[in-house]
Amino acid sequence: MRNQEVISYKMDWITVALYATIVFLGWLNIYAVTYDQTTDLSIFNLQINSGRQLLFIAGAIIIIMGILIMDMRFYETFAYVIYGFIMFLLLLVPVIGKEVGGNKAWLGIGSFGVQPSEFAKFATALAVAKFMGSVGFKMDQLRNQVILFITIGIPMVLILLQKDTGTALVFTVFTLVFFREGMSPLLIIMGIIAAVIFILTLLVNEFYLYGAIATLLMSAIILGKKKWKRIAYLCAGAMLICTVIASVDYVVTDVLKPHQQNRVKALINPDADPLGFGWNVTQSKIAIGSGGFTGKGFLKGTQTKFDFVPEQSTDFIFCTIGEEHGWLGSLFTMTLFIGLMLRVIFLAERQKNRFARVYGYSVACIFFFHFAINIGMTIGLFPVIGIPLPFFSYGGSGLWGFTILLFILLKLDIHRSQVLQRM
Amino acid sequence: MNEGRKEIIQIVIVLVGVIFLVKLFFIQVIDSRYKQLADSNAIRAEVDYPVRGLIKDRNGKLIVFNTPEFDLNIIHREVRNFDSTRFCEVFSKTPEELRILFKELKARREYSGVKPTIFLTKLSTLDFAKIQDNIDEFPGFYIQARSTRAYTVKAGANAIGYVSEISKAMLDRDKTGIYKQGDYIGQSGIEAYYEEFLRGQRGVRFKLRNVDGVEKGSFKNGAIDTLSIPGQDITTTLDLDLQQYGEYLMNGKSGSIIAIEPATGEILAMVSGPSYDPNLLTGKNYSSNFVLISNDTNKPLFNRPLMAQYRPGSIFKIAQAMVALQERVITPDTRVRCIRKGMAGGIIGCHGDHTNEDLRGAITHSCNPYFYAVLRRMLNKGVSNNPFDDTRIGLEEWNKHMRSFGLGKPLGIDLPNEKGGMVPSPAYYDRAYGGRPWKFSNIYSIAIGEGENLVVPLQMANFAAIIANKGYYIVPHLVKGIGETGKPLPKYSEKHYTTIDSSYFRIAADAMQQVVESGTGSYRGKLQDVIVCGKTGSVQNEPRPDHSVFIAYAPKENPKIAVSVYVEYSGQGARAAASIASLMIEKYLFGETKRPQIQEYVLRGKFLN
Repeated sequence: MRNQEVISYKMDWITVALYATIVFLGWLNIYAVTYDQTTDLSIFNLQINSGRQLLFIAGAIIIIMGILIMDMRFYETFAYVIYGFIMFLLLLVPVIGKEVGGNKAWLGIGSFGVQPSEFAKFATALAVAKFMGSVGFKMDQLRNQVILFITIGIPMVLILLQKDTGTALVFTVFTLVFFREGMSPLLIIMGIIAAVIFILTLLVNEFYLYGAIATLLMSAIILGKKKWKRIAYLCAGAMLICTVIASVDYVVTDVLKPHQQNRVKALINPDADPLGFGWNVTQSKIAIGSGGFTGKGFLKGTQTKFDFVPEQSTDFIFCTIGEEHGWLGSLFTMTLFIGLMLRVIFLAERQKNRFARVYGYSVACIFFFHFAINIGMTIGLFPVIGIPLPFFSYGGSGLWGFTILLFILLKLDIHRSQVLQRM
Repeated sequence: MNEGRKEIIQIVIVLVGVIFLVKLFFIQVIDSRYKQLADSNAIRAEVDYPVRGLIKDRNGKLIVFNTPEFDLNIIHREVRNFDSTRFCEVFSKTPEELRILFKELKARREYSGVKPTIFLTKLSTLDFAKIQDNIDEFPGFYIQARSTRAYTVKAGANAIGYVSEISKAMLDRDKTGIYKQGDYIGQSGIEAYYEEFLRGQRGVRFKLRNVDGVEKGSFKNGAIDTLSIPGQDITTTLDLDLQQYGEYLMNGKSGSIIAIEPATGEILAMVSGPSYDPNLLTGKNYSSNFVLISNDTNKPLFNRPLMAQYRPGSIFKIAQAMVALQERVITPDTRVRCIRKGMAGGIIGCHGDHTNEDLRGAITHSCNPYFYAVLRRMLNKGVSNNPFDDTRIGLEEWNKHMRSFGLGKPLGIDLPNEKGGMVPSPAYYDRAYGGRPWKFSNIYSIAIGEGENLVVPLQMANFAAIIANKGYYIVPHLVKGIGETGKPLPKYSEKHYTTIDSSYFRIAADAMQQVVESGTGSYRGKLQDVIVCGKTGSVQNEPRPDHSVFIAYAPKENPKIAVSVYVEYSGQGARAAASIASLMIEKYLFGETKRPQIQEYVLRGKFLN
């Protein structure tokens, strides 16, 4: 009894409310996707996704209870064990997993299947948080950085083996957490520069880029101080960029698989083949764009309902918002998500120890990555990378994975004053 | 050391949200393109073709009706997993034919991969059952039902006309925007003239469909759907029995029969010989049959009653007489000595047994010198001392009178392509003589209906009706009731008066009675129980035989029917034409004919090459 009182008193109800609203709206939209005016099935019908999603939500509530009942020290103490266990499951997937929709990402027990990759996110977050929260951890030590990158690298590689590029990419967002904890921003900046050059190379003839770089280099040398060391650095940088440019063509044609190449091409010019590789993005944009300012109304969408948009209840669920609820609906949904993320950062910042804070940032950053990539993809700002919109997309593993991620933080937050300060 | 970094992360999150909202604002609110794309994705407009109006005869007997017909439409973009072997099997096509069909499909101007385009037309009802069972195997193909024309009788083909797919040229000319490729339109006859009443109004149903083209209910619950409005039924003025009898008589001949109810201008029968079977120009074999019919050297599509222009011949003498009486250059008692070959330097000759006739006698005997003299008095009245000017003034008057008979211009019948004939005017001769002067002696052959005069058979039937009406006519027409109103077009109830006093027509009537009772038309034109007024004519066609021409009306008092008959290359008017005219009158007035020898005579005559 005492414990429950503490929970209800100290629980951050704002986060819970945001979570509940998003889950509820997601459920309604999953129904809107499956709704068919000719059959008129109930939202609770287990034959359609909305009925099943309700079961997953019920499962999520049980999981939340479990997380809250568990001793708060469990998560830090067993962080590496949990991490190890999930990595083991990921290893098992290629061996005994079953294939669903081209991706071998499922572990099945009978007809029930889960995606370990969805749970790898919170496990990795726990492991990273525990390592960074350990006594005497210093971010600027190279050894520590290497260990951290290995920690996030293992699940990435294991998930890449399942051909689930999208989920693997999620782990790159931990660099943002490292940045928060003192890592030099150079790595992120270089990553962004590489991505920009990559895109530019696809858009513009590479010889123009070489010309532009040469011009920039010359002007930098002439205008700045004429020190040999500086000039050498500039030249090295320019050489590096040129190497990236030269490698892009190789990467696009030889490293990326054909469907991935097409996704990149579709991003650059979706109209080039609107019925071929541009289909997903074209249809997604049509669905969202046709919503107008206020939308067509709940269950009134035609594009999402009639299967014009692929993967509508999972990766492209945002199309339903855009089509049926218009720009206002999009604004409302995005406000909820941004509110949740900012609230999570707020929670992270008020933690008394580093473990909890790093974990909190991991949660926020994982949500952010999913949010940005998923919506960016539906409106044609990012290539089609198949990752779900947290709490919104249809699917049990995803919902449960994100729920665990969030509620471990809430559990830690409840007990934040009980922990020793180890800053 | 890490201060400010949490703000950076928060700013990045909010910034991404703002960028997304701006982008969303562009595609959702500013760019309207996506809305149209969404509609073309999910909403398909289905045309609801109206039923074309029926065509009935004056007694309510059905002439033209509709039977169902099915087209196969294709939406090329939606065609998936197309099994050409199976398609050929179901639709009874060879692979080669299928290949050509696809080639032609893409060559069409209005072809679009996303809109329904006609792929196959006129699937017969036999094919249809098989096709309907298997259509689901061919996504992207849809069956479109429409109705096609069918005919109860093989009669009146040129008057009724036919319906066929709109041609490219017509589509380009069409300014109403109603038609699109593949639509059907009345091409000739009543079908063309009354197209706007017959066609009805197309309806559109908007249907939702999913990505596979499967129907998912109606758009907005059918709030913006429109129902098709059936075309209006048309009641023609034709008497189907009389029309069929006329065609029976005209069998094997080239020419025309027109029968008019004088008091109303209603056309009771309009026969154009040779004609064609209207059923040939409907259904599956339209194209090949059309080529066959239009290449026929006897020109069955040429509607002779309105389009064939002949010199009027002797019939014109009645008009001359009326005009001369009105101009007071003669009286009914004026006599002219018939000196046979002597007139006008021996050019105008004569025939028959007469020497010094008054007006009635001259008409009865069709005396050429008499009317030569009459025209001379009319054109040279001595109002000017200059013979050229005198003729010009006279001809101007004469032309005005003639035009009041509905000659020299299209009458305005409710059919397309009517010709107007020719009544020479001073302006015409000025052109013909290239500015050189002309006078009576140059133009006298118009006196006896030869020379530059031209008439179409319809004008001659109308002329008979004018005499029957004693001086007026209602423009002959083929439709007496449109749709619910049951009224003809307003212009078909206006009386057009000639410039001739009503009393002079008694003289014409008396003379025409004489023609039938004792004159040129006496043997074959005469009927036992009714007084027929008629006039023979022969249109010369050296070296071939004359066209036989006869106009008549009956009964003399309170006339019920006026007829003109032209039979090409069949000799004098008293023969084939007079026989046919009297048989038509007999049939119409008594419902049957009791003169088998005359009917035999007509049927025996074959004057087609």
